[in-house]
This record gives sequence, C-alpha cells and structure tokens, in this order.
Amino acid sequence: MTDTAETSPVLTTRDGVPLKVSIARATRRQKLRAFLLVTPLLLFILITFTAPIADMLYRSVENDIVSETLPETVVALEVWDEGSGEIPNEDVFAALARDLKIAAEEKTHTRLGSRLNYENPGMSSLFRKTGRRVKRMDEGNYTEQFIDIDEDWGTPKTWQVIKQFSSPVTAGYFLAAVDAERTPEDGLGFKESDERIYLFLFWRTMLLSVTITVMCILLGYPIAFLLSNLPMRTSNLLMILVLLPFWTSLLVRTSAWKVLLQQQGVINDTLVWVGLVADDSRLQLINNQTGTVIAMTHILLPFMILPLFSVMKTISPTYMRAAKSMGASDWYAFWRVYFPQTVPGIGAGSILVFILSIGYYITPELVGGTSGIFISNRIAYHISSSLNWGLAAALGVILLTVVLVLYWLYDRIVGIDNVKLG
Amino acid sequence: MAGERGASVRFDQVQKSYDGVSLVVKDLNLDIKAGEFLTMLGPSGSGKTTCLMMLAGFEPASHGEIYLNDKPINNVPPHKRGVGMVFQNYALFPHMTVAENLAFPLQVRSMSRAEQEEKVRRALEMVELPQFGSRRPAQLSGGQQQRVAVARALVFEPDLVLMDEPLGALDKQLREQMQYEIKHIHESLGVTVVYVTHDQTEALTMSDRVAVFNDGVIQQLSAPDMLYEEPQNSFVAQFIGENNKMNGTVTAINDNICDVKLDDGTELKAERVNVEGVGHRTTLSLRPERIETVPDDGMDNIVPGRIEEMIYLGDHLRVRMKVAGNDEFIVKVRNRSGERKLSEGQDINIGWYARDCKALDPVG
Repeated sequence: MTDTAETSPVLTTRDGVPLKVSIARATRRQKLRAFLLVTPLLLFILITFTAPIADMLYRSVENDIVSETLPETVVALEVWDEGSGEIPNEDVFAALARDLKIAAEEKTHTRLGSRLNYENPGMSSLFRKTGRRVKRMDEGNYTEQFIDIDEDWGTPKTWQVIKQFSSPVTAGYFLAAVDAERTPEDGLGFKESDERIYLFLFWRTMLLSVTITVMCILLGYPIAFLLSNLPMRTSNLLMILVLLPFWTSLLVRTSAWKVLLQQQGVINDTLVWVGLVADDSRLQLINNQTGTVIAMTHILLPFMILPLFSVMKTISPTYMRAAKSMGASDWYAFWRVYFPQTVPGIGAGSILVFILSIGYYITPELVGGTSGIFISNRIAYHISSSLNWGLAAALGVILLTVVLVLYWLYDRIVGIDNVKLG
Repeated sequence: MAGERGASVRFDQVQKSYDGVSLVVKDLNLDIKAGEFLTMLGPSGSGKTTCLMMLAGFEPASHGEIYLNDKPINNVPPHKRGVGMVFQNYALFPHMTVAENLAFPLQVRSMSRAEQEEKVRRALEMVELPQFGSRRPAQLSGGQQQRVAVARALVFEPDLVLMDEPLGALDKQLREQMQYEIKHIHESLGVTVVYVTHDQTEALTMSDRVAVFNDGVIQQLSAPDMLYEEPQNSFVAQFIGENNKMNGTVTAINDNICDVKLDDGTELKAERVNVEGVGHRTTLSLRPERIETVPDDGMDNIVPGRIEEMIYLGDHLRVRMKVAGNDEFIVKVRNRSGERKLSEGQDINIGWYARDCKALDPVG
C-alpha cells in the first residue's frame, strides 16, 4: 500500500487538468470570496481607525513646523556652532527677518511660538511680540533690531532651541515623555526632580494596575470557584449578578462609587454611625489612589471571573476526589491538583484586567483626584486641553510599547497557549 | 507488594438519601471478606455507585454504619481511610506526568524521594508501562491511562481498592484484556477489591462474589455461577444473561417442583424458587440454551412452537419462536454436525427439564 503513493501517476480531473492544480484553484476562489466578505469591515477599520492612529503616532516624532515656518533661517543656522556660546551672525538674523515677515502675514508665527514654548517657556510671547514688529523693520543691521525687540534674541539659548528643533523629526516629545531633556552640551539628562512627572505617572499606572489585578484575583477566584461548583440553576442566577454591571453604564457605576465613597457618603456615614470612625476623622476614600483601586477593581472584576469560571467549569470534581482518595487533605488537594489547573484562567483574567486597567481613563478621572490618576488621564489632558498632541502621541506610543513588552514577557514566561478564555 | 493482605468491609443497615425523601440505598447489609473481589452490579440508578462513594467517604451514610477492618469509619474523612480508588474517567491529573501522578500519594505520605522512585518504578512495571513515566496522561491511549489509574490506586499499597466502572470508556477488546489484567493483579496482591459495573460479563469474569443491586437493595449476593444458574428472583434472572420469561399461576406444589398454568393454558413444571404458594402468580425463567429442539422423551416439559426467525451466529443458531402465545421466545441451538435442519415457519416440539426452569416472583 505504501509504495503505490510513490509510483502512482499524477492524478488528473476528467478534462486532463492535474487534480492538485484544480484543487488549488478551487480553494483560491474560496479564499478570495472569504476575503471579499471581510473587505468592507477591513476598509472601514483601516480608514477610520488604523490610519488615524498611525497618523497620531507619527505626531510623536513629527516636527516640520520650524523648517516650514522659518525655511531660510534653518538653512542659515546650519553653519552656526551652537556650542560656541555666541549668537549667530547677521546672515541668520536677516534670514529670520525675511521668514518672519512671510510668517506674520500668514499668521503662522504664533503656532511656531507655542510649539517652541513646549521646549523653552517664553518662546510663545517672544514670537508673538516679534511678529507684530517685524513688518516695520528697516533694511540692514537686523541683529540689533531683533535684540531691540526682545533681549532673548541675544541669548544663545533661544537659537539653540530653534536649531535643535529645525530638523523635520524630533525625539523631543519622547524625551519630554520620559522627563528627559537635551542639555546644552548636546547630552541627555533628566529634568530637575521637581519637574519630573511622566516617569512617576507611568510607574504609578503600572503599580495601581498590578494592585487592581491582584485584587481582582483575590476577589474573583473564590466567586468563580463557587459558581463552578454550584448546581446549574443557582450558578446561572449568580452569573447574571456577575454580568449585571456590564448592562449598566460605566459612568453610572463610577458615579455610584462617588456616592458611596465620599466623605459624607454612605460608607463613611455608616462607619461613623457604627462608631468605628470618629465624625471629625472621616476616611478619605475617594479622589485618591484608594478610590481608583476600589472603583476599578469593581468595574474590572467580571473580566477576571469569566475566564476563571470557564476554566474551572472544565475541571472535573473527580480530580479532587482522586487526590483525597490518595490521602491528600482538602488544602493539599486544592493546592497540588486544583489550583495548577486553574492557572491558565488566572493568566487570561490577569492579562485582560491588567491591559484594560493600564489604559483606563474615565474612572481614574472621576474618582482618582490628583493622586489616583493614570498616564491616560495625562494623555487626555494633552489631547484636549494643552493641545500638545506630539507629547500625547509620544506618551501613547510608550504606553503601547509597555503593554506589548509585557505581553511578550508573559508569552515567554507563561506561554500564551496556556491562556484559556473559555 | 505481594503477599496476603486486604481489608474486610461491613455495611451495617446502611441507608442513603440525597433529598431526605426517597432512599437511594435501602437497609444495606453486606460483608466483604478480606482479599475478596466483590462486584456491585446493577442498572444505573440502582444505588451501587452511591454505596462505593459512601465506602470511599465522599458521601456520608444517612443511617447505619460502615466498618473497615471492624472499625467504624463513618466519621473518618476520605483522605484518612487509606482506600485506593480507580475512577470512571481515570481522573489522572492532566498537569502532571505519569510518574508524578503515581508519586502523588507517596508525596502525601512524605516518603523519601528514593523510596518514591522505587515504588513508582515497580508500579509501572506491574502495569507493563515501565518507559512511560515521563509522559503526560493526554499522550497515552485509553488503555494505557486505565493502567496508570490502576497503578496509582495501588502504588501506596492500600488494603482496599475501589473501582468505579473503570473499563466503561474502553472498547470491547481492550476491556476484556483489562478484565484479566485487573483480576491477575488482584490475585497477586491479595487486596480487597470492590468493583462497580453495569456490565454483567465484567462482573461474571472477574468477581469472587457479585452483589446485584436494584432499586437500592441487593437482590442477590452470590458467586457468578450461582447468579446465573440459581437466580433468586426475576430481576436477577432478567439482568444476568439471556432469559425467557413466562407468566402463569401456580396450580400445585410437590416438594420443590411446582405445576404452573400459563396464561394461554399451557401447563408446565418448574423448580420452585420464589413462589408464595398455590394460586399465586409466578414468572418462569428459562435459559435459551437449556431448551432442546429434539426433546428427550423423559423431559418434563414438551411444548409445540413455530419458528419465526433464525439468526446464524457461527457457534450457535439463535431461533426466535412463538411458544405458548409468546413470540419473543428465544432458543439457542448449538451448531453441531448432523443437526436437524430448521427453517423459518416450521412447527416443531421443544422441551426442557423442570430443574432448568425456575418459578420466581411475578413481574409484568
């Protein structure tokens, strides 16, 4: 039987086409049809989701505003040595005058000012002021005229900033996102410790996310265990209670926590009434990290319970019985036999909860106060309030990278195949 | 591991109810001798598995006491009973290798590592899987998993091993092979085995004694051959082996032979086993292979019948006949040379001895 496969002639269809070719053709058609079926959604996602995100991420390095607004100045600055400690020569000032005249007419100089203001405070007003008066400048001796308008034109620092950010791509946003900056000696260094904010926020986001994940495991494991061991009817009813929060708006749930946790709220009132807490020292449960952890643990708990439940459901109770029949106590049987089999569920739940919480925005915003906010709140601030989209994009890229690295690490250590969602 | 050992078990008036309304096990009294292979046989829902679970300690008895080696064990938790158990679906721990599975009960008993390895090795040899220690259960075939499960239940040398339909998931051939293997292991180790099954062949092949369960009650407790030859009631006669049943009324009783008039008027003689007396209803039980298609003159019962259907089965012919108004009457005819040719539609006389026909309690 085995050698017929080797010696048999090429199989053909009735019209002489080799069967292999014919099958390949048929499956190609099938694949094409499958692809056509998903095309509308694919296009929709590409156009409305992937492309804008890619554009947004590009903003984290994009920096053509200087070279576009001050094209001649950028060229003229190339010969200037920024380490010399002196201001550029007259040519550069002349080029700046020409550029600014055009920019002032097109009113683009203020945008440039606010962009450079991120890097060096004071630049915004410098450009605004200069833009107003550059039209009335006389020919020649531009250096003096500029310094007349503002002394800052006479300091090398101003020119260093302009030259530094004259290339069309910049690492400036990323440096700012990790609290670093370029030092005048062309090196890199961290900002003054009282100006650092993002590294600490990243650290806090990670720490709180881990705390929330651990809390979810501690609270979710017993519930999932109970659910998977109850008779069908009861467990279905309880499962509905677990899923109930999903049917309630996130805002409503978070607001409910505000009502419960505030100093004049239900929990504090009860504690005072019972006498556990004095009226004048009510617990600070909201607008800090405690509030964020409590509210987010509650909101993300179902994401832990569901994968745990679905994994536990498949573990036959005979394993525990078998372990006990061999002499293992309840605890030993649980720890050696039951628990290891639930690890995939813990893994799946932890990944879900951790990744969801690391990028969470609305709940920390509402109950986190200042000490309980996440990096995502800072990103939102830069997107909608300070309009520093480049920095927001850089923070987003870092957050995305952190999540991907953690995912990769998890895959290396636990193995993503060991994750079971159901 | 060889040598005589084994624990005795005694159920004393044990009852079990799950809901507090109906009894799943009713007043069970059962003595299991040390070293015995006892099978609990019965249809599903007959209470046999519940009895096993009570013995293992996973279900508490609602009433009565279970003794292990004459010590009451109702209040001993399962993990302190020292009872080995083989489960229906083997319950091998999927996250451990075969060797780790076998070492589990030894680790629980905090044996030294060397001792563990030695015992695991010997247990694997016993079930003829010496090189499989590093595999995962999922990488084994059903039969191999079964052997590992047996080895695991025996590796810590319990005096009593419980088996809950352990061969149910295997195909027929493997099941027969495993029956012999388990029987041999039992013989060489001398442990007491309590075995639960609904498969009568399994029960008859392996056991020293069989307890037939129905409706929470032991219907009969005896050696396999007695169970087949001398059923005590209609349920056992029906459940064990093939059986023709005929309903009628007792008309006379002489010693242990009684005359029975069937519902269609046929009069037969049968051995009295379980009839209340003259005038009472009875069900006769007759094994198909005890019927002769060429009756001897001295046979107690000779009745006419018509052949409805014949099935050729090699070593014997299975003939369905219409006898005494019953067209589900089965006769097994041995395939001998020179046997009279039978054909469908033929009217013949068949006969059997009164001692092969048991008059039992009435059913149906």
